[in-house]
Amino acid sequence: MGNLRGKYAIVGVGETKVGKLPGIGTLTLHVEACKKAIDDAGLKVSEIDGLLTNQPLHDPFRTYSVVVAHSMGIKPDYSLDLGLGGATPVAMAQHAAMAIDAGLATAVVCVHARNQASLHLLPKQGMGVTRAYHGGVRDGCEDFEDPYGVMSGPGHHSFAAARHMHEFGTTSKQLGAVAVATRKHANMNPSATMYSKKLTLEDHQKSRMIIEPLRLPDCSLMSDGGAAFVVTSAERARNLKKKPVYIMGMGNHQPFASVMDAETLTTLGGAVSSKMAYKMAGLGPKDMDFAQIYDCFTITTLITLEDYGFCKKGEGGAFVEGGRIEIGGELPVNTHGGLLSHAHLEGMTHVTEAVKQLRGGDVEPERQVKDAEVGVVSGHGGYASTHASLVLSNRPS
Amino acid sequence: MSTQSQYKYTKPLPEMDPEDRPYWQSAKEHALKVQRCDDCGAWNFPPRPLCRKCQSAKLIWTKVSGRGHVYSSTTQHHPILPSYTKDDLPYNVSIVELEEGVRVISNVVGCPPDQVKIGMPVEIVYDDVTDQVTLPKYKPRAN
Repeated sequence: MGNLRGKYAIVGVGETKVGKLPGIGTLTLHVEACKKAIDDAGLKVSEIDGLLTNQPLHDPFRTYSVVVAHSMGIKPDYSLDLGLGGATPVAMAQHAAMAIDAGLATAVVCVHARNQASLHLLPKQGMGVTRAYHGGVRDGCEDFEDPYGVMSGPGHHSFAAARHMHEFGTTSKQLGAVAVATRKHANMNPSATMYSKKLTLEDHQKSRMIIEPLRLPDCSLMSDGGAAFVVTSAERARNLKKKPVYIMGMGNHQPFASVMDAETLTTLGGAVSSKMAYKMAGLGPKDMDFAQIYDCFTITTLITLEDYGFCKKGEGGAFVEGGRIEIGGELPVNTHGGLLSHAHLEGMTHVTEAVKQLRGGDVEPERQVKDAEVGVVSGHGGYASTHASLVLSNRPS
Repeated sequence: MSTQSQYKYTKPLPEMDPEDRPYWQSAKEHALKVQRCDDCGAWNFPPRPLCRKCQSAKLIWTKVSGRGHVYSSTTQHHPILPSYTKDDLPYNVSIVELEEGVRVISNVVGCPPDQVKIGMPVEIVYDDVTDQVTLPKYKPRAN
């Protein structure tokens, strides 16, 4: 397979309402998101021959991509359920491009929806917390974590945050700067869960501790909702309804399987994955007009910004301060409000937001990054152990 | 008897995969063992079917010193399951790096959670939470 730079494009995006949506099924959210993305692209459902899903862990299905496809009336030639946790949506764009390049499909819908906010599973007595929160699906190391009263996501990221503070002197206020910047963007986005809730650094510092050093606003939301996007060839994209957003670079790297066998917790998969994506794109961090950085916790944003070369390792704390990552700043980050303040759909809306920013005019004017031409999207998941990167541009070369 | 004590202990217990069982068996015997590669000498944890350094299948469950230091540490303030009550909070969760080089997640006990610091020397204590299960935990030790 040759270089895919600029050969494939995202041509349609769709988002459902997000927040707490009791009574709406996971499948309904998937179908709504898919339909919106296909309509947005100006394609007919019959023109879709590929579909990628990310198993909703709160409502797990077997062969989920096939279930969703047939709920849409699609008989896919190419369909898979991908499982890289929060790195999945970014990886989906990569796999869609690869499948089309391989001749397996011509137009692929990538979708994720979940009911994490309202389909809250009540843990059975004695059941491990990781399995309880993940619909009984195993993470692989829960036997060595659950008995000690630690939940995978918050636990792993608090370990990373504590190490970052220890190694580089990063502070809780600097984590707070990430939460505040992200919230400001959500306050400009009427579809964000936290649209009408302001957050100051003082609020952050007074908020309750969840798992040290992470306070409540350092942790992402629990959300219901869905989002989807459509990938097709650049050639075909140019004849469709919307301005194409080209996939210029991609990378993927999973450096460990458990925080217990990670060499370090302060450099993650993004360090390798971003280099791969920049190399393919022929671009670097200085070329990026914005970054949509997976932000399950504020520390994830901070470490990923370092790993992506926006500042040196250890300098992420200072980098995120002073409005640098806000719209109007040097590098706007998570312009929709991120997982922290928009919604947690495992990073699907980081992709759809990047596409909207690069089309121009698809978001509220105050939220639009001026003259945005190139942006980077990160996906991160598992035990802080999976990572995928995407460089997108509205220029094919 | 065993059912009675298990009934009382309502917090999560390891489900024990075949790969993991020797670890928990050694904990129950208060002599913790970790996989060590007979070919290259590397210590492996969490348990794996092959040595992650050299892919040898000759992994021998070998007794560890039980001494190490805190690699990273956190204090849990939020009840993550109904079986954790206010009396349990806050509590420490740490990654402990044993002298052998392997890292394990556990609780550092025997001191207030806010006194647990990265780099702190610790040693193993065995918490027999049920008749069947012993959880290896760690306490501060003099350096």
